[in-house]
Amino acid sequence: MNINDCRNIWVFVETEHGQVKNVALELINEGKKLAHTVGEELIAIVIGHKMENVVQTVISYGADQVILVDGAEYQDYTTDAYTNAFTKLIKIHQPSAVLVGATINGRDLAPRIACRMGTGLTADCTGLEISPEGEVTWTRPAMGGNLMANIICPNTRPQMGTVRPGVFKRGTSDKDRTANIIREEISTPEKEIRTKLRDFIHVAGIAGVKIEEADIIVSGGLGIGKAENFMLLQELASALGGAVAASRAAVDEGWISPLQQVGQTGKTVGPKLYIACGISGAIQHVAGMSSSDFVVAINKDPEARIFDIADFGIVGDLFEIVPLLTDEIRKRKKL
Amino acid sequence: MKLIVCVKQVPDTGDIKINPETNTIIRESMPSIVNPFDKNALEAAVRLKEAYGGTVTVLSMGPKKASEALKECISLGADHGVLVTDKAFAGADTFSTSYVLAEVIRTLGDFDLILCGKQAIDGDTAQVGPEIAEHLGIPQVTYAAKLEYADGTFIVNKEHDEGYEVVEMKLPGLCTVVKSINEPRMPTIRTKMAANRAVIQVFTAADLTLDPSKLGLIGSPTRVKRAFSPPKKESGVKLDGLESRAATEKLVGFLVGAELI
Ligand SMILES: Cc1cc2nc3c(=O)[nH]c(=O)nc-3n(C[C@H](O)[C@H](O)[C@H](O)COP(=O)(O)OP(=O)(O)OC[C@H]3O[C@@H](n4cnc5c(N)ncnc54)[C@H](O)[C@@H]3O)c2cc1C
Ligand SMILES: Cc1cc2nc3c(=O)[nH]c(=O)nc-3n(C[C@H](O)[C@H](O)[C@H](O)COP(=O)(O)OP(=O)(O)OC[C@H]3O[C@@H](n4cnc5c(N)ncnc54)[C@H](O)[C@@H]3O)c2cc1C
Repeated sequence: MNINDCRNIWVFVETEHGQVKNVALELINEGKKLAHTVGEELIAIVIGHKMENVVQTVISYGADQVILVDGAEYQDYTTDAYTNAFTKLIKIHQPSAVLVGATINGRDLAPRIACRMGTGLTADCTGLEISPEGEVTWTRPAMGGNLMANIICPNTRPQMGTVRPGVFKRGTSDKDRTANIIREEISTPEKEIRTKLRDFIHVAGIAGVKIEEADIIVSGGLGIGKAENFMLLQELASALGGAVAASRAAVDEGWISPLQQVGQTGKTVGPKLYIACGISGAIQHVAGMSSSDFVVAINKDPEARIFDIADFGIVGDLFEIVPLLTDEIRKRKKL
Repeated sequence: MKLIVCVKQVPDTGDIKINPETNTIIRESMPSIVNPFDKNALEAAVRLKEAYGGTVTVLSMGPKKASEALKECISLGADHGVLVTDKAFAGADTFSTSYVLAEVIRTLGDFDLILCGKQAIDGDTAQVGPEIAEHLGIPQVTYAAKLEYADGTFIVNKEHDEGYEVVEMKLPGLCTVVKSINEPRMPTIRTKMAANRAVIQVFTAADLTLDPSKLGLIGSPTRVKRAFSPPKKESGVKLDGLESRAATEKLVGFLVGAELI
């Protein structure tokens, strides 16, 4: 694709059970700022089946235009069908940049698209800037958070990146907003979809709210001592309307599901508030939560590294402090 | 079953040392290890081989030293080690790296499954696996936490925010695996000695039919413009020696003030 022919910034709108994922709304808001800086538009790309509500949502959150591909084959996410639809859209409309949430499916899809287009993809970005010529500088952590890098994609288009959830803020919704909707007919024959969703195993556990989407996370480490004690964190999380997560050490002990693990080998989260209880703050843990807005640490070791990154630290016993905190919050919220 | 495992030799970021003056990573001080997730990928492959027969080939692109990583994999159950090494590959991003790995895999002949780690602990992109699959035009399932084979298909539990998707994949295909898929085995003295004697097959650019415009720094669409140490966070409030109730009250006051609750 000729660089001079490419314009506009696209956001892939990831959905789940017909709901737009937070990260897509965050990227619409941030991508729109970038696009408008260079006099271009922010276009939301919606792929799925029966997506009227989704289209309305992304418009209300500020998309300048929407491109919609609707088809029964897009009901569930599959790598093959979504890559096919997305790359065909790119060829037709020639965007300058494409932003995708760095979620499980986003990181599955974006490399397939980038590779098929022969273009560059920057992984798991935490910062975005744009030059007057429309060149995006993508900032990302590497080496488990020990190193930051600015990455560019100078010679190919679209410029692509996956962006970490929770780093940017979504805008406010305006239900009366309208925007142009372009409908594209792109079908993917069944035989080209080589994976099939057979079943779903729900891990109930103590996880109420998903950690990727949570605004507040209460996280426990080895200091929690045993599986049953995670109930203390669950109570605090419920009082706050948040989710429970854990360090790898706690997961390795079998106290909590690996799906709740935060860190380099677990999930990357960026909530408004992260409360670390009995977690020492190893670099591999911090790599997964360093983009949290506000970090509270409760640890009995005054030397624990978690205090280096905490906005508010208490040197003390979590078994005393966590229940007191839960009580205090319940009182205030009149729960 | 013909299984290929892609392994990357990485610095042990668990053992990282930072130069306090320049604030940069002291790379020389870091021991090289097999990327931890790749050991899970290898273990998954070896278990498939043990159940259904076949061979496990481990493949790495990197400096000559990466043959150590391949030998370690042989001590853990791989049958063959293949190293692709050439100055022409230096500075490759994930597009270019996956292109070379895919071309080597093509040269090696038919296969049923390629296994990769979820991500490498140095580059951390998680892109090489899916891009290999794209170059080869095969299906993929990423973030596999369980992998089974039945009636000519792979059945994979793929991580999901709320649990696991059970996904069927036709072969040949590619999977990237997460840590919880298995507990990698340890080598024995006997397997270590045998691995030391193993001959690693080496490919250079000249042994392959490659498009030079896709190699190394020039063949990489992304470019690292600048690398720097993460900015140090300003230190926050730290309450030490306060009685629990008083500390908790202060915290609540703070959270209310910051409009977090
Ligand atoms: C390649 C690699 C990848 C890794 N990936 C991850 C990852 O994704 N996520 C992750 O978390 N780790 C990861 N780790 C592991 C990481 O290095 C640490 O070992 C781990 O994070 C430690 O977990 P922890 O803080 O819960 O345990 P510990 O380090 O043992 O800390 C427990 C803390 O609890 C405190 N404590 C104990 N009792 C109490 C009490 N009553 N009240 C208050 N405080 C108390 C102690 O003072 C201590 O600081 C990885 C390691 C490697 C090598
Ligand atoms: C600071 C920094 C930032 C970077 N950011 C980006 C970026 O955003 N986008 C980009 O395209 N490139 C980037 N690169 C380049 C990238 O790190 C290299 O291309 C690297 O060789 C492969 O990427 P990875 O380490 O992230 O591997 P991943 O994609 O995370 O590795 C996943 C799996 O692929 C297999 N694999 C990976 N590399 C090899 C190998 N050499 N041999 C065999 N198997 C392998 C392993 O099974 C591994 O578990 C960056 C490099 C640096 C130094």
